[in-house]
Amino acid sequence: MIKFQNVSKIYPGHEESPAIVALENISFEVKPKEFVSIVGRSGAGKTTLLRLLLAEEKPTQGEIFFEDQNVNNLKPNQLPQLRRKIGAVFQDYKLLASKTTYENIAYIMEVTGATDQEISKDIPQILEIVGLTERANNFPAELSGGEKQRAAIARAITHRPEVILADEPTGNLDPYHTLDIIRLLLKIQEMGTTLILATHNKEIINRLGKRVITVEKGRVIRDEERGRFIL
Amino acid sequence: MFTSLKRIFRLGWLSFSRDGGISAATCFILVITIFLVSFLFLLQNVSQFLISELQEKVDISVYFKEIAPEEDILKVEKELSQIPEVKNVKYVSREEALQVFIQRHKDNPVLMESLVEVGGNPFLASLNIKAWEASQYQKVADFLKAARFENLIEKVDYHQRKPVIERIFSLSAAANQTGILLSIVLVVVAILVTFNTIRLAILNQKEEIQIQRLVGASNWFIRGPFLIQGTISGILAVLFSLTIFALICWALSPKIEFFFPDLNLFSFFTKNFWTLFLIQFFTGIGLGVISSTIAIRKYLKV
Repeated sequence: MIKFQNVSKIYPGHEESPAIVALENISFEVKPKEFVSIVGRSGAGKTTLLRLLLAEEKPTQGEIFFEDQNVNNLKPNQLPQLRRKIGAVFQDYKLLASKTTYENIAYIMEVTGATDQEISKDIPQILEIVGLTERANNFPAELSGGEKQRAAIARAITHRPEVILADEPTGNLDPYHTLDIIRLLLKIQEMGTTLILATHNKEIINRLGKRVITVEKGRVIRDEERGRFIL
Repeated sequence: MFTSLKRIFRLGWLSFSRDGGISAATCFILVITIFLVSFLFLLQNVSQFLISELQEKVDISVYFKEIAPEEDILKVEKELSQIPEVKNVKYVSREEALQVFIQRHKDNPVLMESLVEVGGNPFLASLNIKAWEASQYQKVADFLKAARFENLIEKVDYHQRKPVIERIFSLSAAANQTGILLSIVLVVVAILVTFNTIRLAILNQKEEIQIQRLVGASNWFIRGPFLIQGTISGILAVLFSLTIFALICWALSPKIEFFFPDLNLFSFFTKNFWTLFLIQFFTGIGLGVISSTIAIRKYLKV
């Protein structure tokens, strides 16, 4: 379903700093309905990997396929179609600051063309699931870090995408909420969604017992079914 | 399609009403620009009016000898009106000239008395000639100097008026040119200021636009609300400027009429309402929409 083929990403340097190699010759494949964790230290290249898949950036070398479609060959006006199939939880949340929690989540459904009835039926349920019912009419600036993160998760799952990319979705959550969110992601995956989770939370990885790809200094150093967090 | 359109309108209205400060600033700048453009339009028309008023007042007169028979004068009139440079010729007979004088000075006993003193009709028959342009009066004057008119014509009062005539025409031409130049400069400045205001307002939204791209919104779904926002600002600005403009015309009208009796500002406003409205409408909304489109463009490249 998703395939990285010899992908490298090099950020060109300038006078005061040399070029940065974020990813180097990465190849792996993710099958439909798989749950894959990508682990590694900060700066190992996890986020870059996800950004490339969203076509937020282009790889310096190599190719990335999403359902047999070469992501890098998509024209700017074809990108929305790709992105609507992917639900992304960004590390820095990327909530729309001028919209309330409810509107942030509704925006995705509006973009994908859901009817007003679907929106008004689905969103209260999603808010209930992530525990933000009382924050529905608050703006992101009025939410705590954990609440923002949960809003971001709600936004990523609300339109039932084919793939969910979760970049440190539990980084700001307390253990209680962390467990809830992981259970939620597992449930979504069991219902048929492909899940890619980037994290450095050792406990979660060891508990999941799913496929783990370990990245270090831009390279895949380990790719194991039922992997563990080893760095 | 319809749902998307409805959503774009709603999102546009929402961001317009939420960004109160920025919307107000945009409206304000648009009002100033619209105002400037309307004012220049008004100025252009008023100066055109004044210039043509002035030009109307320029003419030359040929006075005929007392003994010149009327049919000869009418013959000259006919010949004159065939010259292409001549706009029109008006014959004023001796009696008419007298009547005009009496009409104008009937309240002045001294003049009336002296008229009686002189006895009879002291006025000469004349032809009043208007040309299309100032430079053409010389030609008319030359034509009248021809030898065959010598025993008919008493005097041509062109040479005494020549400096005034030329002054008026060169002045009006200069006024016209400066007006156009000034208008262009002011309009360019106003457009740049408006564009920059809108650009800064959208710069604030840069991150938001990029997020919208990342979550799969199409360019039109992102651009739409901004265009709606620009249009709402434009409409409000137009309504506001039209009202104020009407009030100003209405309030200044009597004062200006005092100086220029034929110039009624308010009736000018009502007569040109639709032209003015269209000018303001296109300035306001056009500027809002075009500036937003250009400003958003570079953020949509994610």
